[in-house]
Amino acid sequence: MGGVKQVLRFGFAAVENALNRAFGFANPLHHLGALGLFFFWVIGVSGVYIFIFFDTGATEAFLSVEAMTREQWYAGGIMRSLHRYASDGLVAVMVLHIAREFAFDRLRGPRWLSWVTGTPIIWLVMICGITGYWLVWDTLAQFVALATAELLDWLPIFAEPIARNFSAPSRLDDRFFTLVLFAHIAVPLVLVFVLWLHLQRVASARIHPPRALALGTMAMLLAMSLVAPALSQGPANLAAAPAAPGLDWFYLWSLPLAEVWGGGAMWAFGFGATLVVAMLPWLPPLARRPVAVVDLENCNGCTRCAADCPVSAIDMGPRTDGKAFRFQAVVDADLCVACGLCMGACPTATPFRRVHDARPGIDLPDFTLRQLRDRVEAAAKPLAGEARVLAFHCETAARPATDGHTAAVAVRCLGMIPPAMIDYLLSRRLADGVALIGCGPGQCHYRLGNRWTRERIAAVRDPHLRARVPRERLLHASISAFDGRRVGSEIEAFRATLSRDRGARDPAAREAAS
Amino acid sequence: MTRLWQLIAQGLVYAAVAAGLAYGSAAPAYRRLAEDQAQITFTVVHGGQRLEDCRDRSAEELAARAPNMRKKRVCARRRAPVDVELYLDDRLVMAVAAPPGGLSGDGASRVYRRFAVPTGAHVLEARLRDSGRAEGFDHVRQVDVQLRPGQNLAVDYRPSDGGFVFE
Repeated sequence: MGGVKQVLRFGFAAVENALNRAFGFANPLHHLGALGLFFFWVIGVSGVYIFIFFDTGATEAFLSVEAMTREQWYAGGIMRSLHRYASDGLVAVMVLHIAREFAFDRLRGPRWLSWVTGTPIIWLVMICGITGYWLVWDTLAQFVALATAELLDWLPIFAEPIARNFSAPSRLDDRFFTLVLFAHIAVPLVLVFVLWLHLQRVASARIHPPRALALGTMAMLLAMSLVAPALSQGPANLAAAPAAPGLDWFYLWSLPLAEVWGGGAMWAFGFGATLVVAMLPWLPPLARRPVAVVDLENCNGCTRCAADCPVSAIDMGPRTDGKAFRFQAVVDADLCVACGLCMGACPTATPFRRVHDARPGIDLPDFTLRQLRDRVEAAAKPLAGEARVLAFHCETAARPATDGHTAAVAVRCLGMIPPAMIDYLLSRRLADGVALIGCGPGQCHYRLGNRWTRERIAAVRDPHLRARVPRERLLHASISAFDGRRVGSEIEAFRATLSRDRGARDPAAREAAS
Repeated sequence: MTRLWQLIAQGLVYAAVAAGLAYGSAAPAYRRLAEDQAQITFTVVHGGQRLEDCRDRSAEELAARAPNMRKKRVCARRRAPVDVELYLDDRLVMAVAAPPGGLSGDGASRVYRRFAVPTGAHVLEARLRDSGRAEGFDHVRQVDVQLRPGQNLAVDYRPSDGGFVFE
C-alpha cells in the first residue's frame, strides 16, 4: 500500500510542480474538492433551466430536448452543454480528488469520516449521471435504459423484469419518465446532505475555487459548449437495437462492463470495490500518536487553538478550575491528529519562559514545546560561520541537508512552531536565519500549517511574529519531499542573502569578508 | 515565467482538459451489434399452473376451524415452473426452466433474454410449458421473420393476446 501511495505521490508532485508555474495559487490540483463543488453548482443552475423546458413522455422528452438544443441553441443549447460537460468535469475531479487524498495519506485516523462519506458520493454522482442520460430518450438513452434495467433485474427484488418495458414500442409507459425525472432531481438533494457530512470534520474547508480558477473553468465550459455542443443521437426506437451508441465514458463505463461480465459480476465488482475503498483508512491500522493535552494552569481560554485546529478537534468549554476566564480548551481525543498546530497557536507557547518548563496552555505529550526548544538549541549549537541557518521542516516536506552552516529540525507541521520560537532563535543569536520548509504547495499534510505560518509571520493571524524580528532573515518555502534539489538551492540562496545583509549591516564583517 | 507565458500555459492546460472531457463524453462508440446482426428480446412473465388441484373442505374440517377461518375452497400455493425454448431455423438457441417467483413459489415465473442473431430470413419457433408435465409443450408458435440489420424483434408471451407475440 505504501509503495502505491509513494508512486502516486511522486506523480502528483511532478505534475503539480509543472502546474504551479502556470497557475500559482490557482493550481487546479490544489482545489479539486472546491472545483467539484463548482461543477456541482453549474450542474444545478443549468439543470433548473433545462427542467423548465423539459417535457416528460416517450415522444415529448426527445422533442423537448431537441427544441431546446436547436431552436434556442444560444440559451437552452448552451445550458444543456454546460450541464453535460460540468457533469463530466465533476467525475474527473472526483477521481483525481480521491487519488490525491489517498496518495498523500489524508484518509487515516480521524479523517476516516470524510473518506468513508466520500464513497456514497461516488455512487450518487453515478446515479445522477445515468438517470440524466435516460431523460434525453435518444438512442443512447435507449441503451442506457436497457442496460441499467438489465443490471437492476439481476437483483431479486422486482416482480417482473424492468427491461421488459424496453423490449418493444408497445410496452413503454410515459410514467417511467416521471419516475426517472424524480430520481434525477431527488438524488442530488441527497448528495447535498452527504456532502455536508463529508465536510463535517474539515475545518476552514475551501468550498470555492480561487476566482481565477473559477473564471478559467467557466470559460472552458462555455467554449466547449459553443465548439462541441452536447447533441442527441437520434430518437429512441424500441423496434431497433442501439447498435453502436456513442457513450459518455465518465458515467456509463459500467454498462458495457455489465453486458460483458453479466449483472452478478458487475454488482459484485461495484459493492466489492466500494467496500475495499471504504476500508482503506484502516489498511493497515494507523498507530495513533498521543493527542494534545490542555494545561489549565496556562490556558486562558483565548480560543486561538480551536480556531487553528485543522480537524475541528478542539472546542471551547466552560471553565472547570475556577479561574476568572470564560472558557478553556477541550480536546476531543477521537478527532485529534496530534499535528501540534494548537501549540503553535497558543500565545503562552513561548520558549523564552523558563518557569514551568515552558509549558504552554496546550501541548503535545510526545513533542512538547520544551522538547522543541531543546532540539533547536542542540541543533544550533554546532553551527558556525557568518550565515548560520536553522531550518525547520515538516515531516512530509523536503528535508534540508545539514552541514556546518545549516541545521535541520523536523516538526510534525510548520504550524506547530510558535512564532516566539523564531524570535527566540534570532534574538538569542542561535542562528542568523530561520528557514521554514513546509510541505509542497497545496500538499500540506495537516492542510493549514503552511497557511497559518504565513499569516502569523505576516502578522495577520494570532499569535503574530513580533515586529522586531527582521523578516529578511526568514525563509518560508513550500517544497515537496520529491524536490530535494530545490531545498538545497533555496537554502544556499538564503544563506547568500544573509551573508550580504550581514556585510551591509556590519562593517567589520564586510571587511573580514573582503 | 512571465505573466504572458503563464496565461498561454493556462490556456493550453484548459484546452487539453476540454479536449479530454469533450472526447470522453461521447466517444469512442460502444459497438454492441455487428453490421450484419439483429437482436431478439425474449420475455415471459407468466405463472405456471398450480401443482395441486383446489379442493373443498369437508364439513368436519370446517367445524374444526375458527369461525373466521372457515373458507371452503382451499388451493395449494405452489405453481409449476415455466419451461421455454426458442428455436431459430430448427436450432435451439435458448432453453430456460424458470421457477415460480415468491417465497411460497406462488408467483409468476420470469424469463428475460436478449441475444444477437444474423440478419436475413429465419424461422422462429417459441415453445412454453406451464402445466408441469414432463413431455411436450402447452403453447407453441412458429413464424417466418425477415430480420434487418439492427432490428430488435421482441418475442413476448401474452396469454391475453393468444400466446406468443412477435413484434
